[in-house]
Amino acid sequence: MVKVGIVAYGTTPFTKDDHKIETILHKSTKDLFQKNPKIDKKEIDAVLISTNNNSKYLSPILSEMVGIQPKIAHSIESLCNSGTNSIVSAFSYIASGLADMVLVSGAERYDSPGQILEWDNSRGEFKHPIFWASIFSKSYKEKYGISDEELAIVSVKNHKQASKNPNALSKKTYTVEDVMNSKKLTDDLKLLDCSRPCTGSASILLASEEIMKKYTDSPIWITGIGQKTTSAGFTKNTSLSSMESTKIAGQSALNMANRNISEIDVAEVHDAFSVCEPMILESIGFTEPGNGMNMIKNLHQTNNFKINPRGGLIGCGHPLGATGISQTIEIIEQLQNNAAGRQTDNPKTGLIHNMSAAATSSTVLVLEK
Amino acid sequence: MSFEKELEQGRFYIPECLACKKLVWPPSEFCDNCNEETSLKKEEFEGKIIEFSRQNEEYFCVVEFGDSIRIMAKMIALPKKDQIVKISKCGISEGSYFFQVI
Repeated sequence: MVKVGIVAYGTTPFTKDDHKIETILHKSTKDLFQKNPKIDKKEIDAVLISTNNNSKYLSPILSEMVGIQPKIAHSIESLCNSGTNSIVSAFSYIASGLADMVLVSGAERYDSPGQILEWDNSRGEFKHPIFWASIFSKSYKEKYGISDEELAIVSVKNHKQASKNPNALSKKTYTVEDVMNSKKLTDDLKLLDCSRPCTGSASILLASEEIMKKYTDSPIWITGIGQKTTSAGFTKNTSLSSMESTKIAGQSALNMANRNISEIDVAEVHDAFSVCEPMILESIGFTEPGNGMNMIKNLHQTNNFKINPRGGLIGCGHPLGATGISQTIEIIEQLQNNAAGRQTDNPKTGLIHNMSAAATSSTVLVLEK
Repeated sequence: MSFEKELEQGRFYIPECLACKKLVWPPSEFCDNCNEETSLKKEEFEGKIIEFSRQNEEYFCVVEFGDSIRIMAKMIALPKKDQIVKISKCGISEGSYFFQVI
């Protein structure tokens, strides 16, 4: 199989601004090309758009706006893990030989229609994500004897890390008391336990090994991919305190990369709500079931940015179609030692976990120098 | 398959496969196991509270019917895990189903 790497990336700040989806897609792509002026756009075979926005024909539109005439041009939507799913599609095009270089651009507006899965009528009138998050929180806390104050540390840690990220939506740091005193959404969820929808875009350029050699001396390779969809509806989740799709996707990605979880130096995981972070760490195998909060507390106390260095979804904001790509860019920057104030200690192997709709679908990527 | 017509009338009937007898959820005209047609099993189902939380004064619960079918339903009184409940109110409002249990 053709080796696939990442040539270049670009991003916008994540904000609450009211911009057209086409405009923000253009901005992150422009950032990519401005940072990498030697890239020959004629070599780009495919342009893939990751978004939940209802605008049509976005890939040909972006291609025209930036002066690309690709062979392959289409959009990919899979709610919150559209971004990594698009990267997997790009990888597949290159690995199969159908393309040598693929631009993946993800974007979302603060008012994305992807925030609520209208189809999932099993949730009754409780379709907003805060309800599944509340059920996960209640179940996880009861099963492992975790308090609200302990879960609040996830938000405190990730806002702290986001404060070192110039593109993050959140610029503030918070205490456990701040989280506990933030608006009570349900008995098991406070406002600061939640990631926030926002406007943002992130773009990434993937290429075959041969093309990579022309453009970069510090290549980052995609060595592992794992994906699993167990259902579309939240209530089909058999466990409410762990994530089955994440377990399977994580193991598949590590197997493909021929790596153990102990070899992962840095990771971006999909902390849509506080409780998701310990559940993900346990489901991927970073720690034993029930020990996720101990791991998170230890990382926070020692100021170790290993998990969610860019601030996660809670700190960065969550522009759905851009999130998986933004997570991937963070791991690239970490592996290239370009993450400035968020930099972890010379990581060699990184992992991205991106999921949709109460963990009914997960995608995990492994990246290496 | 008239699941939604019945639901609009406040009746909660679960589709059952005419061939393999599997209860099919989410409601569908066709079985997700053998692809044969379904028909509504017109009986009053008992459910079990799997998990719950509360928003303001209302509880919202994950309720399981027939060992595999789970929905989210409103409950006014304090629920208990494993409590056996029945649908007391259901319907469709602005395109979304709603369920209440007692």
